[in-house]
Order: sequence, then C-alpha cells, then structure tokens
Amino acid sequence: MAEKVLMKGNEALAESALRAGCRFFFGYPITPQTELAAYMSKQMPKIGGTYLQAESEVAAINMVYGASAAGARVMTSSSSPGVSLKAEGISYMAGADLPGVIINIQRGGPGLGSIQPSQSDYWQATKATGHGDFQVIVYAPSTVQEMADVAYEAFDVADKYRTPVMILGDGLLGQMMEPVILPEPKDLSELPEKPWATTGHGHKRSHNVVNSLYLTAEDLEQLNIERYERYAQIKEQEQRSESYLTDDADIVVVAFGASARVARSAVNAAREKGIKAGLFRPITLWPFPEDALKATLPTARAYLDVEMNMGQMIEDVRLVVEGKAPVEFLGRAGGMVPTPEEVLDKIEAMAASLA
Amino acid sequence: MPGISNKNKHISSPGDETQESLREGKARIVESLKPLTLVVGHYGVGKTNLALNLALDSAAAGYDTTLVDLDIVNPYFRSTEYRRVLEEAGVRVIAPVFSEAGSSLDVPSLTGAIAPAIQAIQRPSNNQQRLILDVGGDDEGAKALGRFTSRIAECDYDMLYVVNPRRNLTQTLDEARELMEAIEARCGLSVTAIVGNAHLQEFTDEDVIEQGRTFAEAFARITNKPLICYTVPISLVGQKDSGLCPALGPEHAYPVARVVKTTWE
Repeated sequence: MAEKVLMKGNEALAESALRAGCRFFFGYPITPQTELAAYMSKQMPKIGGTYLQAESEVAAINMVYGASAAGARVMTSSSSPGVSLKAEGISYMAGADLPGVIINIQRGGPGLGSIQPSQSDYWQATKATGHGDFQVIVYAPSTVQEMADVAYEAFDVADKYRTPVMILGDGLLGQMMEPVILPEPKDLSELPEKPWATTGHGHKRSHNVVNSLYLTAEDLEQLNIERYERYAQIKEQEQRSESYLTDDADIVVVAFGASARVARSAVNAAREKGIKAGLFRPITLWPFPEDALKATLPTARAYLDVEMNMGQMIEDVRLVVEGKAPVEFLGRAGGMVPTPEEVLDKIEAMAASLA
Repeated sequence: MPGISNKNKHISSPGDETQESLREGKARIVESLKPLTLVVGHYGVGKTNLALNLALDSAAAGYDTTLVDLDIVNPYFRSTEYRRVLEEAGVRVIAPVFSEAGSSLDVPSLTGAIAPAIQAIQRPSNNQQRLILDVGGDDEGAKALGRFTSRIAECDYDMLYVVNPRRNLTQTLDEARELMEAIEARCGLSVTAIVGNAHLQEFTDEDVIEQGRTFAEAFARITNKPLICYTVPISLVGQKDSGLCPALGPEHAYPVARVVKTTWE
C-alpha cells in the first residue's frame, strides 16, 4: 500500500483527479480553492495534460463542456460566487448529458460574502444548480482522505450516468492538512469508451451530436423523461452515508462535511456523559441518503441538524423524518464554524427535555 | 509548558526523568537560536507549529520574545490564530494588517510594526531578545521577506528551512532543494540551517520520526548546511516503550508540542 502523505484538501482533490485520468482543467482563481488550480497548473504540464486559466468562470465551464463533448475527463473548480457564474454552463452540460467534475470549496455568502468556510451552497448544489429540470450528483467529503477518494470516483460516476458531478467542500476542508493515502493512477487506455463523444470519425459512422437545444417540445419532453429515469437509477444505486453510533441513539445528529467533524466530537463527548447520541453523515447530498436515514427512525427520539448555514439540509432531513420525531437545528453562518462545545450544549438540552 | 494540549497530556503523562530530558532538549535548542530567526519552507510542512514552539519555549526560558506572523499570502492556519496562547505565555505577537479585528481580509500589505522590531534586534548587546518570523509558505510566501532583506542582513540571524518528507511535493531531496532555492531567489536571503519536522499529525510514530531524521540529515549534507534540529512530538517522548527517550540524547532532537489544531480537536 502507498504511504501516507500530508496534503491540503484542495491539493488532494487535484492529485486524485489526475490519478483518475483527468487531463483537462479550466478554472479561474478564487479563495479558498486557489491551491487546487495552482496544483493543477504545476502538475498538469508534467503529464501531458492541459491547464488553462480562463478569462472568467463562465468561459471555464464552457471549456469544460467542450472538452467533455470531445470525450475527455475534465474538471473545473471554484468557490461559491464563482460557482454561481458557472450555473448556466452546468445546466447546458446537464441538458447535453455531458459528464464532468465541478468542485465548490464554499465560502461565506451571499454575494461576495467572506473567504471563511461555509456550507451555504447546499441548496444551490442539490436543488437549483442552474435553470431547468436537472440534478447533479453531489458528494460532501468530510476528511482530506475522503476528498481524495470521491475525486477519484467522481469521474467514473460522471461517465457512467453521463451527468455532471459536484464535490461540495468548504474553506476549512480545502485549506486543512491531513495524512492521506492516494489512489493508484489509472491507465488511460483502460478508461471506458465514450461512443457518443464528438471525436472525429472519418465518415465511418453517422455524426455524433452534443447539444442542449431542442425546438420540438415533444422531443425535449422525451429527453427530460429519459434523464429522470436515469436519476431514478442514481437514487437507487448511489446514496452514500455514514452512520456512527446511531444503532441505539436517542438523539441523532445529522451533519455533512466539516460540520460533521465538529458533530462527531460533540457526539463522543455526549456519550462520555451517558447521553445516547449518534451521528448520521450524508456523503452524497444528492441523492440524499434517505434509506439509511429512514433506518434510524425506529430508535431515534429526536434529530439535531448541524450546518454551517442558516438551515438548508434540514428540509431534506424533515422530508425523511416526516414529523415522526422533532428535528432541531444548530447553525453558524457567514464563515463561522460551530464548536464541539456548542453542539454538545444543544445535545444536552435536548436530552434533558427528552428525559 | 504553555500550549501543550490536554490530548498530549493524556497520551504521555511524562515521568520526572522524561520531564527533565524534555527541559534539557528544549533549552539546548532555545539557547542555540540567534536573536533573529526566519522560518521558511513548503506550505504545510509545519512551519507555524515550529515557530509557535520556538516562541513559547524562548519566552519560557526568559527571553524577550516576539513572533511575527508574516504570512500574508494565505489567511488560514497561521500563527495569529494562536495569539491568546502566545500572549498568555508572554510572547508579543505582530499580526498581519486587519487580522487584529478578526478579519480574514487577505491584502498583500505588511504592518509597520515589523521594521522597528527588526531594527531593535540590530542593536548589539541585545542577546536577551528573540524575534521569530513565521514566513508564508513556498517562494510565494517568502516574497514578503524581500522587503526586509537589507535590514535582516545586518542582524545576527538564522533562516531555517523546514523539511518534512511526508509532505506531498517535497518528499524527495531534489524536490526539497528545488523549493529551497526558489525561496532563496525570491527573498534574496540564503538558508543558513535545516530543521527536520517530519510528522503525520496524529499518525506520527517512531518510523515517521526516524525517516524524517534520516531525510533531514541527508538534506543538510547535500545542501551543505547545518541541521539545527529535528522535532519529536512531546506525546511520543513520554511513551516509555517508544524508544524515543534515548533519541533525546543526540544534540539535535527538539521536543515540540502540537499547538496547531483544528476546531474539533
């Protein structure tokens, strides 16, 4: 097995993408994701890939569209305001059924906000990444190792379902340093064929067309229906989550990404005080891991949703819990990170009211 | 020792003998410091944790100590965040502009307090002072040093290049040397000594330390610079069976606390 090395979250995303066969990166600098682009700019030329700093985020995402249409494994990265600028291009990719990996290392918002970590783009990532009926698969890693793991896998998943995949990190995970074991580099010649790609054919077959414009309503509706059949498949096969000490938990804390790290410390502290607390951590935000969260319903007496925003994922939690137990919220916004003590206080207060 | 974490205390609870060798190990390094110490290296090799330890240990040894956070490139995980711990231990902190009010505004602007602090060191007869500059990562971070090159050159100083072979992109001697030369070119000063700071956070064990020591020694040899020390986490020093207690014997071992931490630790 490869040895553990220290990496920043942003670097791990970049290195893992390279090892997954990503050979094109288009982006535009923005804090706190800039190390990712900087890493790509240093490493991509060494392996014969293309790193290009575009004139804007809008240009970058359209370059991603082009490279993907030509069959390449391609990535772009940004932080919150920059991802808003990419929204139109992501919608075009979804409409043209193009795979690609988009990284969002979130910062405080709305607007220009701050450069401190936040999770306030949950809705944007899972509900409204752009205009039109579409979803993107969203991963929410919570360690640098998991950032490396999902970045490696994201390209396969994107190709399999022909859909954009987003990795939703935050300024804390992007900047922090942790030991990581990197995956083995993939052999490019062994990547799956893309018979739909516009790669040139020497008049040996009919043209492939990559397009999101359909002026016949019946055709466009049919494409939407087929796409949603694929989404149903994704919902069935791609839900991922971690359940930590939830089997006998009275209070289930639900948190993703960096706030799940804080929540885990609080859950451990609560257990030391004799409170039966557990952590449910979605790893995919879309598809939301409904099935695994549902499995906690028979035992859980209350839920605590912890996020670095004003309350976004809590709506998905409530949809699963369906009023069978109270769902409370603890959030910090604007770049603030909740402390384990804050979360523990809330768990203790909830435990007291259950008693 | 200020800044030592509860976690470390749990793991180690060092006995009297260990405490004594810890003190000796620290004293040896602190005494060998020059009035001005510049800490440079790759992002994430542990420069800030080293600078914090040097500052805390210098203050504890009775030196009039100032720590300058010169990282104006990357406003995350820098020494200013540990201001309270430092000030409680008697270390004066010079922080980047705007960080005083808790802002993360990352403007490339240097505070006016740095130049006078260096000037104060220039005076002879000031061997009771220790000024430590925690410089930003890579050659980009070292650029800010260039502003002070001529002043620094008039001081009795060391520029310490920190190496950690478990840090991605500086894992080979060549990679580490390439970056060191880029840093020197960017700030116009030469590295005067090497510090081995091998660690893998909580996964740091004897093997990591031993690998790091060998790497630091080899690096010092090929760059023809002295190895001032290699760090050993205090939590490992305390473990009787770890075999690292004897490692404190060699003059180069520097026992350090893990001061830099995440929110959830």
